Amino acid sequence: MLIKRKEFLQIGSLATASFMMPKFLKAFESNAFVPAGNKVVVVLQLSGGNDGLNTVIPVRNDIYYRSRPSLGIKMQQAATLTDEVALNPALSAFKTLYDEGNMAILNNVGYPNPDRSHFRSMDIWHSASKSNEYWNTGWVGRYLDAQCSGCDRPTQALEVDDVLSLALKGEQANAIAVKDPRRLYGTSNEKFFKDIMKNHKADHHDEEPIDYLYKTMSQTLSSADYIFKQSRLHPTGATYPNTDLGNGFKTIASLIFSEINTKVYYISLGSFDTHVGQEAQQTRLFTQMNEAVKAFTDDLKKNGRMQDVLLFTFSEFGRRVTQNASNGTDHGTANNMFLISGGLKQKGMLNAMPDLTDLNEGDLKYKVDFKDVYATILSKWLTADADKILSGHYNMLDFI
Amino acid sequence: MEISNQLKNQHLMWRAGFGPAAEQLNDLDKYSPAKYFKALAKASANEPVYINVASNNLISAFENLQDAGKRKNLDEMQRREINRMMQAAVKDLNLYWLKEMISTGAQLREKMAFFWHGHFATRERNIFHTQLLLQVFRKHGLGSFRNLLKEVSQSAAMINFLNNQQNRKGHPNENFAREVMELFTLGRGNYTETDIKEAARAFTGWTANGTGDFVFRNNFHDDGNKTVLGKSGRLTGDDILNIILENRQTSRFIVQKIYCFFVNDIVDDKLVNQLADKFYNSNYDIGNLMETIFTSDWFYSMKNIGARIKSPVELLAGIQRMIPMTLENDTPLLNLQKILGQQLLYPPNVAGWPGGKAWIDSSTLMMRLRIPQMFNDKDELNVAPKQDDDTMMGQKTDGTAAVPGKEVMPKKRYGAINAKINWAQYTISYDKVKRENLLDNIRNNLFQVNASNVEITVNKDVDASSREAFIKSATIQLMSTPEYQLC
Repeated sequence: MLIKRKEFLQIGSLATASFMMPKFLKAFESNAFVPAGNKVVVVLQLSGGNDGLNTVIPVRNDIYYRSRPSLGIKMQQAATLTDEVALNPALSAFKTLYDEGNMAILNNVGYPNPDRSHFRSMDIWHSASKSNEYWNTGWVGRYLDAQCSGCDRPTQALEVDDVLSLALKGEQANAIAVKDPRRLYGTSNEKFFKDIMKNHKADHHDEEPIDYLYKTMSQTLSSADYIFKQSRLHPTGATYPNTDLGNGFKTIASLIFSEINTKVYYISLGSFDTHVGQEAQQTRLFTQMNEAVKAFTDDLKKNGRMQDVLLFTFSEFGRRVTQNASNGTDHGTANNMFLISGGLKQKGMLNAMPDLTDLNEGDLKYKVDFKDVYATILSKWLTADADKILSGHYNMLDFI
Repeated sequence: MEISNQLKNQHLMWRAGFGPAAEQLNDLDKYSPAKYFKALAKASANEPVYINVASNNLISAFENLQDAGKRKNLDEMQRREINRMMQAAVKDLNLYWLKEMISTGAQLREKMAFFWHGHFATRERNIFHTQLLLQVFRKHGLGSFRNLLKEVSQSAAMINFLNNQQNRKGHPNENFAREVMELFTLGRGNYTETDIKEAARAFTGWTANGTGDFVFRNNFHDDGNKTVLGKSGRLTGDDILNIILENRQTSRFIVQKIYCFFVNDIVDDKLVNQLADKFYNSNYDIGNLMETIFTSDWFYSMKNIGARIKSPVELLAGIQRMIPMTLENDTPLLNLQKILGQQLLYPPNVAGWPGGKAWIDSSTLMMRLRIPQMFNDKDELNVAPKQDDDTMMGQKTDGTAAVPGKEVMPKKRYGAINAKINWAQYTISYDKVKRENLLDNIRNNLFQVNASNVEITVNKDVDASSREAFIKSATIQLMSTPEYQLC
């Protein structure tokens, strides 16, 4: 088999470095290079509880307009998808994706005994626990555990942020949080850190806390190096909006076009906690999201990777059906998700819109467990053992 | 190998407090750990002074809010302002308490309060309720667990946090009943779902008023017959707590958690069982339990020294105890807590912080290694903490709680920390140390684990232009290592 020159160089530098590495680093990764057609997931978290009813709007539902006399979005203003359904006016690019057959909408996603606290509900979405369980690991983190057992850099999952979320923390491995590959590379290249790493000799067992710390440090330095080099392999030439989200998606695109082994990217936008003056805040955030996702999907299409990437959105909960006294909405329950890819098997509206005549104390009832969505993606898109990662058996959906 | 008194006393200071302080450095070798503990316990014996950070303005605004007549006259803007002031005050309390951890002589007391605040994890945006609960932890942290459990269970912060306000006859809310057994006393697997349902009925009517006093509302209370953990009768909330405390498993559960936190997260079952029996037989005397631990030989064995990863708060407080400093602006300390994953008074959920290896991922580790340089004014905090959506605490809005529609966090750089380190207070402890012994000496003061390899690096990179520069730069560098993360 011929080794491409670029790959050869990487193997070369890694092999040299491994002479100096402690023994727990020496296990060589078998799956370091990604074949073309590599399936990738991008998770876009809408933090703060996005109002789903003003995102996917039931434009023929009187109850919706009665419940939201000033917040309801009129049919003429919204971006029409079907006779009954329209999108928030700020989501024009999502309408295009929908019309092209690159998007599906899953309504009424939630979980039993919903919690209306941000942090608790976000924990539940991140860990994929039941609402009365407290888990310290996340669903992507446990996926990473399986992917990166004994590997030297946990780059199979990346969070585009400065701080790592619970979702990406595993039992054995933690993903890397990197907002700017160049900056991470700079920090990790400080001579002092390199020196203490180089001079460290692993003379304890791996279970000693000190070895765990050095192992994490070594993985970080090695990952920072790897991610930075990969980000410069085929940097996208496309123009992205100059927002945090835009820059984040630009980084993700450049990495997808490289030969990096990353399978899951995680990025967040917020805050959608619109108790007061919802319209202005949601519009501002949706405009950012719309521009960034448009640039990203255009870029994927241009580079022939739309089939390989599945982008989905979620929020820790939706919001109350009835608006409050401050032109906002309060914490609710079930919500919708966007599923975007060129490789969808089912497109458009995957299920019925929320039934506003059948509420639970003013909140939507969930119909689809979000863990079904995770299980489907883990199993069908990432070919991982969903039952093991989620510690339970969930329904497979048919959108991929 | 003979373990020096210095290492033992440092071990004691890290576990029973927030690390040795600069002014203690020359004393550490002079006393036996038993004597050192005695002094520590004595310094923690006095009743703590109540911490109030609320301004007079906020106090009177809050009083107006409690008065139904005056409340009517407040418009939404005024209510929002009160809410904003209360949230700001919770941050002030965080920083005030952190300072207390750094500067108080009552190290053991604050360390116990710190432990209990992670055990009875609550989040409460009401500053007055938060202050009351913190005082419970500080006042009862070394007293009787029986009293502590009851005080916490009847605190407004806990009652609100675990929805006992909504727990009423005919409409039980099981949240508190479940967590009190699962997380605070017995641990999972030592009760049934029926026990929880029945206990929830017993806690009906336990409420708190706005000013934070416990109020028993008889008309909400279900006084019917109940059976919990095998005991039947017209049980009250007090009865449930007593039944739980009668169960030896409660002692086992608490002692194991204390052992993991103060000794080693690898549990020695035999030891924990012995301690649990003793704790039970002492009628849950926490001070007695801690004395047993901190004066035992096994506590000072090599396998327990340097075996723990410092929590973010322990790290931040420990650095500041060793190299005293003043900060122009405290806000970076809040951001650091957030970035490192431990904000005081703001646990991730009712289960508290998982601790141990869970503190460490690539981002938190690299940040930990950079902190000493940031304090030393050479590095910038250019990392943004996650946004905070949790200003509502998941509670129903009644118009008093509102979040402004603009950005909560500034998005850009956080700038230098601008700490003024009072180096003289620290370097004076090295006055009698010979030049060739300096590095060893500094290392011994800072590390709880062996690290001869780190010295190679530091020896190469250290600023040797003067004796003082050497001490400073070696200290900052040694603090910027994986070894320093352990205690």
